[in-house]
Amino acid sequence: MKLPYERPTLRKLTAGALNKFGPRAGARAVTALDGVAVDELVARFGSPLFVLSERQLRRSYQAAVRAFGTRYPQVQLAWSYKTNYLNAVCRTFHQEGAWAEVVSGMELEKALLNGVPGPHILFNGPGKRRADLERACAVDAVIHLDHADELHLLLDVAAGRPQRPRVALRVNLDAGIVPQWDRFGFNLENGEAWQALGRIVAPGRLELVGLHCHIGTYILQTAAYATAAAKLAALALRCERELNTSIQYLDLGGGFPSTNTLKGAYLPASDTVPSLDEYAEAITGALLGAGFRSGELPVLVLEAGRALVDDAGSLIGTVLANKRLADGRRATILDFGVNLLFTSFWYDHHISPTREFSNQTEPTVLYGPLCMNIDMLRESIALPLLAPGHHVLVHKVGAYNLSQWQQFINLRPNVVLIDQTAQVHLIRAAETLEYLQQLEQVPAHLR
Amino acid sequence: MKLKKNIATSESGFIFNPATGDSFSANPLAADILARAKDGLDPVAIKADILERYDVAPGQLEKDWDDLLAQLREFNLLD
Amino acid sequence: MPLPAARPRLTVAVTGLNATDSPGPGVAVIRALRESPDFDLRIIGLSYEALEPGIYLRELVDRTYQLPYPSAGTAALLERLRYVREQEDVAVLIPNFDAELYNFIKLAPELRALGIQTFLPTLAQLEARDKLNLPAFGAAHGLRVPPGRLLHAVAEVAGAAEALGWPLVLKGRYYDAAVVHSLAQAEQAFLRLSGLWGVPLIAQQYVAGQEINIAGLGDGHGRALSAVPMRKLTITDKGKAWAGITLEDEALLALARRFAEATRWRGGFELEIMRTPGDELFIMEINPRFPAWIYLTAAAGQNQPAALLRLALGLPVPLMDGYAVGKMFVRYAWDLITDHTQFQQAAALGEL
Repeated sequence: MKLPYERPTLRKLTAGALNKFGPRAGARAVTALDGVAVDELVARFGSPLFVLSERQLRRSYQAAVRAFGTRYPQVQLAWSYKTNYLNAVCRTFHQEGAWAEVVSGMELEKALLNGVPGPHILFNGPGKRRADLERACAVDAVIHLDHADELHLLLDVAAGRPQRPRVALRVNLDAGIVPQWDRFGFNLENGEAWQALGRIVAPGRLELVGLHCHIGTYILQTAAYATAAAKLAALALRCERELNTSIQYLDLGGGFPSTNTLKGAYLPASDTVPSLDEYAEAITGALLGAGFRSGELPVLVLEAGRALVDDAGSLIGTVLANKRLADGRRATILDFGVNLLFTSFWYDHHISPTREFSNQTEPTVLYGPLCMNIDMLRESIALPLLAPGHHVLVHKVGAYNLSQWQQFINLRPNVVLIDQTAQVHLIRAAETLEYLQQLEQVPAHLR
Repeated sequence: MKLKKNIATSESGFIFNPATGDSFSANPLAADILARAKDGLDPVAIKADILERYDVAPGQLEKDWDDLLAQLREFNLLD
Repeated sequence: MPLPAARPRLTVAVTGLNATDSPGPGVAVIRALRESPDFDLRIIGLSYEALEPGIYLRELVDRTYQLPYPSAGTAALLERLRYVREQEDVAVLIPNFDAELYNFIKLAPELRALGIQTFLPTLAQLEARDKLNLPAFGAAHGLRVPPGRLLHAVAEVAGAAEALGWPLVLKGRYYDAAVVHSLAQAEQAFLRLSGLWGVPLIAQQYVAGQEINIAGLGDGHGRALSAVPMRKLTITDKGKAWAGITLEDEALLALARRFAEATRWRGGFELEIMRTPGDELFIMEINPRFPAWIYLTAAAGQNQPAALLRLALGLPVPLMDGYAVGKMFVRYAWDLITDHTQFQQAAALGEL
């Protein structure tokens, strides 16, 4: 039996921090996901490979419902489609009871195909076209109005319809967040939102059912949500008082962070990100204290995306090569890059080895396989002495990567779902060149 | 591979370059290689022994050997 | 001061061993602890870098373990402290470094479970005295602080100057400040400071006067058990005290007591005070830990680190009254001699 081998390496000792602390070093090995060995997953489905945990999807959803539902009588989650397009994921959330929040005609159709009833679809976004609005009216989705041009277009569309389209007004407001998100919706403080509400209600052609506000993304200040909730509630009460319109729901948007650490953050997100309970406490506290008569509290809608799905996704990859850069730094090339891990532009993702190594680590630059200078996953990470063929595991990649991934230089790989009984299901097959080219047409003179 | 003569290596894997004042820490295999190189052992013999004792393919060892040399050069430890 | 012959043994861990030209308080804290009449101490140093001078001060520090940087988070810190606890019978841990406090406060229950006591402010106290929250803090507790506001964009400078008047103090989010006298200067300073430290910046009304510091110890129930005011006699180019002298002034002591009462401060603190020519006292900054000159409190007769040690152990600490006025410290630089083998141990293994 031969001794396990790790390449010989030296480290210059500096006054700086250690990358090795006595008995333990670097990230711990993670050898299995939901009870399925990483090696087995790679053997069956190749590398790179996205893995989604159904157990975690459901757990995150139920935790969100619990956080808000134990504090407020009527809560409805709307799954934010753009966070992850895979139907298996969307359907898991719909099975748990989620509505759909969509931001384009394409997403609207996707939600309908996933069996979401039209009235349970909230249609956001600044870029709705006339045909999108007509389709939304036809299926009785709720249209969240973003700007005055859209309002007038919808009034026009509504004119020819037997049934009044249901709408909500997207409001932007000062919740103490800098920079203030003022590009979506109607501004509250300068009176624009109130003016729009008058325009919606007065002609009687639209049915105002909700108010919506999304203060930003990855917002760490729970107090900002309390401010937004209080302002939205006050606006709803004013609608009732002055426009004789009772608002059925208040949609506080999403933007709740996951525990991925933003690049440049001093402390890891797992230490600084407030729990969903703290957000729930801030929002429901503001709504319960806003002055609604008992029994007339509006439904609280939340458009959760990242908080529901990020933790459930993992990406398995493989070391293709190691090299040394001109300045002596170690570089490791992996078989996935920013083409699959879009979020590595703003997160320092947690990356683990998938088998045990010694305590030796080496600071390494992590590159993807693209022949493109931007393809860098981590500028410096302490990893064990990985050799070509070793696997790594990127944690918490469920949000945005499976909708923003690119067919650039490489095709997209397999995606599997591990169900609650540890059965592995292929939920999106690796792409082929044929798939990539099937919509292309080559003019006759180039054939 | 010829280490500078005055380089001090310790059993626990520390390397000290008295000419520059730099200190280094070697992982066990690197420490083993350097100790034997200091004793004047020939690289071919060192490599043969590693192949004998460790679970590594000859090609991989050659590549890592070159990398170790690159590090030694980078750190100014070779003659 | 003669110490009792047979004192019980106790192991205490201390951070902030960077006794450099912008010194951490650890070495001064240890020096004061060594004069505790209650315990015969084994001192465990906790360092972040291998050349922190305290590591090599072997007569003060028995053994040092390197910690992961605060940015590695609580999980890494706890793992390392678990390891230290397996090697050493640490009963009390005294953190001394602003950036690490968040983690140590969060970990206090876990440390207690390991048998390690701390005596720290709460997270809410830590947050409330943050530079960014100082105006709100002053308003909430009726303590006088310079009027100020937060600036997120260079366009907001003019409005701030109008409200606060010239000259204006612009402070970086974490560090650094500039006194500016015109809009052009202010905008230039804004760009420099925001480039270095990000936004927001703090615009503060300029308060002229004499700078005074108070080192104090709050019992967490509203009492300042000790407060010792000091005026800096010389400062370095980084604004750090290089010599200082204890003062007698009831108004300063009253302010420290009011601070402890209003905040129910728990643990060591330092108030940076400006006394105006009209004898008004402004709190300019609140440090949530002992200052680097803390040994002066022991030398003047109120050994605050030793008292904090008793508080951490749940022992009673009487209100300390009276201290030597006119007691001075003069800091000096001293070249410690060690060997490359010691440095290798510290740098490679994180233990010495």
